[in-house]
Parts: sequence; C-alpha cells; structure tokens
Amino acid sequence: MISRRKLIGSLAAGAGGLILSGCNRINADPRVRSVLQSAEGLTMRAQRLITDRTALAREFGAADLSPLFRSNGTRKPVGTAYETHLRAGFADWRLVVDGLVARPLSLSMAQLRALPRRTQITRHDCVEGWSAIGQWTGAPLKLLLDMAGLRTSARYLIFHCADRYAQGDYYESIDLIDAFHPQTILAWGLNGQPLPVGNGAPLRLRVERQLGYKHAKYVQRIEAVESLSAHGRGKGGYWEDYYDYAWYAGI
Amino acid sequence: MTDEAQESGVAPHGGDLVRRHRVSTRLWHWINAVTIFTMLMSGLMIFNAHPRLYWGQYGANSDRAWLQIGSSGGRGVLVVGGEAYDTTGVLGVWKDRDGIERRRAFPWWATIPSSYSLADARIWHFFFAWVLVLSAAAYLVASLLNRHLQRDLLPRGAELRPGHVWRDVRDHLRLRFPRGAAAARYGILQKLAYVGVILGLIPLLILTGLTMSPGVNAAWPWLLDLFGGRQSARSIHFLCAAAMLVFILVHLLMVLLSGPFNQLRAMITGAYRLPREKDR
Repeated sequence: MISRRKLIGSLAAGAGGLILSGCNRINADPRVRSVLQSAEGLTMRAQRLITDRTALAREFGAADLSPLFRSNGTRKPVGTAYETHLRAGFADWRLVVDGLVARPLSLSMAQLRALPRRTQITRHDCVEGWSAIGQWTGAPLKLLLDMAGLRTSARYLIFHCADRYAQGDYYESIDLIDAFHPQTILAWGLNGQPLPVGNGAPLRLRVERQLGYKHAKYVQRIEAVESLSAHGRGKGGYWEDYYDYAWYAGI
Repeated sequence: MTDEAQESGVAPHGGDLVRRHRVSTRLWHWINAVTIFTMLMSGLMIFNAHPRLYWGQYGANSDRAWLQIGSSGGRGVLVVGGEAYDTTGVLGVWKDRDGIERRRAFPWWATIPSSYSLADARIWHFFFAWVLVLSAAAYLVASLLNRHLQRDLLPRGAELRPGHVWRDVRDHLRLRFPRGAAAARYGILQKLAYVGVILGLIPLLILTGLTMSPGVNAAWPWLLDLFGGRQSARSIHFLCAAAMLVFILVHLLMVLLSGPFNQLRAMITGAYRLPREKDR
C-alpha cells in the first residue's frame, strides 16, 4: 500500500512539474505539434462529410446590421503605389486572374462593377472571437472563374494582396469548393457604400463559412494553382505560414 | 456497481473491499482529467484574444459587452454588467514568470500556452475537442449498454423527494458521508452532479462550441436559433466552462474530505473500501 501511495504521489508530482515547467517545451515540440495539428484535417473532412458542402451561410436583414463594422489587421496598406491608387479613386486598379486558366483576365474596377452583382448581409467572425454583421456587394467569384476558364489541373486559388506585414506580403488561399460557392464574392461595396480602406478597398474576398483572416483584403491578383507548396512557406496563407493558423478555418 | 458481495447474496459491510468503478468509467475519468484541464486552459488563452462577451448575433469592440477584462491606468479591471472590479495582479495586469508586467486578461499560469498565442491555443483546444467528443460518445454508448447510466447514475423517484435531497444536503454540510453498504452507491447530490455534467454541461459545451463555427452555422442554422446567436453561444460556452471549473473544485474538495487515498485507489484500480459503520 505504501509503495502504491508513493507511486501515485510521485506520479502526481511528476505530472505537476511537467505541467508547470514543461508546457512551453511540449507546445514547441514538432512531433507534438504535428499530432495536435492533425485535428485540422479531421475537422475539415468531418464538416464536409456530415454537412452539405453547398450550404449557405445565414443571411440577415437590414435591422441586424452592426452599428459599426470594425476594421482589423491592415487598416491601410503602406506605400506610394496604394496611395496613388487611392487618390485616383482606384481608376487604374486592376484585378488579374491568371495561373492555371485558359484566358487570363485583367479587369478594371469599372469592369468589375459592371458585372452581375450579388448583395448579401452576412456575419463576419474574426478568429479572435468578435463578430460583425455587414452588407456586402460584389461579383460572384464563380463568374470570373468561368470567364477565365479554369484548367482541370487547378485545385486552389491564391489571393495576392496589396498589403505587407512584418514577414511578407499578405496572401490567402481557398479550395474550389469554397471558390465556386454562391456566396463567395469579390466585394467592392459595404453597407451600400464603396468598400472603405479599412475593410479592404477597392476589392476584398468574401468567403462566407470561413473565419475573417481567410477573407483577403486589397486583392489584386487571383492565381489558380495545383498546389500551395510553391508559395510563401507553403501553408496557404500569411497567417498560416508565419503563425500556424489553420488553413481550414471552418471553426 | 458490480459488488461481488452483493452478487453472492451477502450484503457488504463497512471495511469490505468492493468493486466500485468499471474500467470504462475509470478510463473516461482519467481521459477527462487531461482533456478538460487542457481545454479550460487553452480556452482561457482563446478568450485572451478578445476578452469581451456579448449577447446576440454580433458583438465587437464598439458594441455593449456584458463582461470585459482589461486594464485601465495600469490597473487590471473586470467589468461585469455595470460594475468594475480591481483585479490587478490576477486579471488584466499581471507579471509573467520573468517578472515582466503583461496586459492580457488571464495570467500565464492559467493558460495554454503560457505566453500569448491564439493560434497555438486553438491547435490545443480543437485537438482535445475531438478527444472530448469521441470519448464522451464512447462512454455514453458503453454506459447505456452495460446499464451503468440507468442503474448507478440516473436518480430514482424516491431519491428526488425534497426531504431526501435536503437530508443529503445537510449531511454534506456536516461532512457526514455514508458508511457501510450505503457508501457503495452514489448519493442523490452525487447523481445530480454527475448526470448534470455528463448529460448537461458537456453536451452544452460541445453544441455552443459548434455554434461558434461559421462552417457548422451554414449547415445547421438551428444552432444559432437555439442559443440566440453566435455571440450568445460564445457567452454560454464561457459560462459552462466556469460551471465545469466549479464542479471540478467541489469534486476535488469532496475527494479530499471523504478519504482521498481510498477514492483515488477506487478510480485507478476500481477497488473501494467501504467506510466502517460508526460504533453505536
């Protein structure tokens, strides 16, 4: 009995010591991390298995709009190029669609605004935990992909953005299930006004059913690719590459 | 409880070693000890990324928060409803292991990881969320099949009579715990606490957690209606986690008061020595 009591006692003390002194070491261990991160793939597959992959995000009414739609991350891209575009009202801003497409596109904002549009009032969920409800207007991404003619080898879209962070340019990526979703739009309007600079002017991605950091702001180029490995550090986005955020941000 | 003495027709006495917990109960208990602990601590780090709680569909910095932890003029402040409490040193403003002052809601010793990282906390939280969901499902199926739930955990009609519950409350307050054969079964307060956690708190935590997922919201919008919005679900999730912490603290206190070695052995090997009846 005494030996068992001693054993339990030392096990408890060992566990306590491990927890207090070793938490950060456990957290940093690459083997532990790869086991823990395997849950992300499980979450993505489980969500797509047990839910309708074309299900629409809830759309709200005008009465549900947040009084103020806050801005987060980059509030204004740094540099003379963006400043010049801003002063010219983005008259010369162009969206390029290239990569694995049959007909690369280069569209002006006027051309984008002239395309059939979709307006939706949806909830934006930041990974940090806050939510805001806004009304977005823009061109369905599917429309642009049909115009450009996606090649069969294309599996992902990479969104190259105009803003820079400490480690590099902001970019994000989504797969084709999200790309062709009817609520996935390239928004140029928020709450009936041109998209504010803080929210990604002149053009941002709205990929409802994903967390905020997937909704790339200041989008200037969409590249269709077969694999994410050749860009940045290969994990599909700025936050994924440098801070280990999940690529599939469905939760 | 598969009490051997009972099976052979002889009632157990105080001092007898009886088999108290099945292997499925013991296994799930220790899986939970790790899982709940990890989820609570990584959850506090996730909360640190936006230390405010709201009711309704939306809620961000400019909107009215019913709970907020922050700092003001170098002091830590907890604001609940309209009341502000000074929490310097514990919440809002505290010193880390190296003595450096930090301004985050929950202190380093309460979070996983101990230095600020929302991404890492989410990695821990969602891995153990899978462990919680899968192990709880397996335990519930096993407990229905071997009738543990029906026989040992669900209260009987007579036990729910106010007089009986009140007597158990008084006995607990006087630290008079059952002895002899009576100690082989759960009391009504134990049953209510365990059933409340297993069939109430854990399912609520899982469902409100799913309600915070924009992907799940699209497929199952009824979750948003059930909890009154994404931010309400986040608030309920936090309150349930607080209730879970209270349960754990009371649970540990009861273990300490009712014979920690005997209780710990029962939860490891299954064998529990019935406390001897008091001499009359």
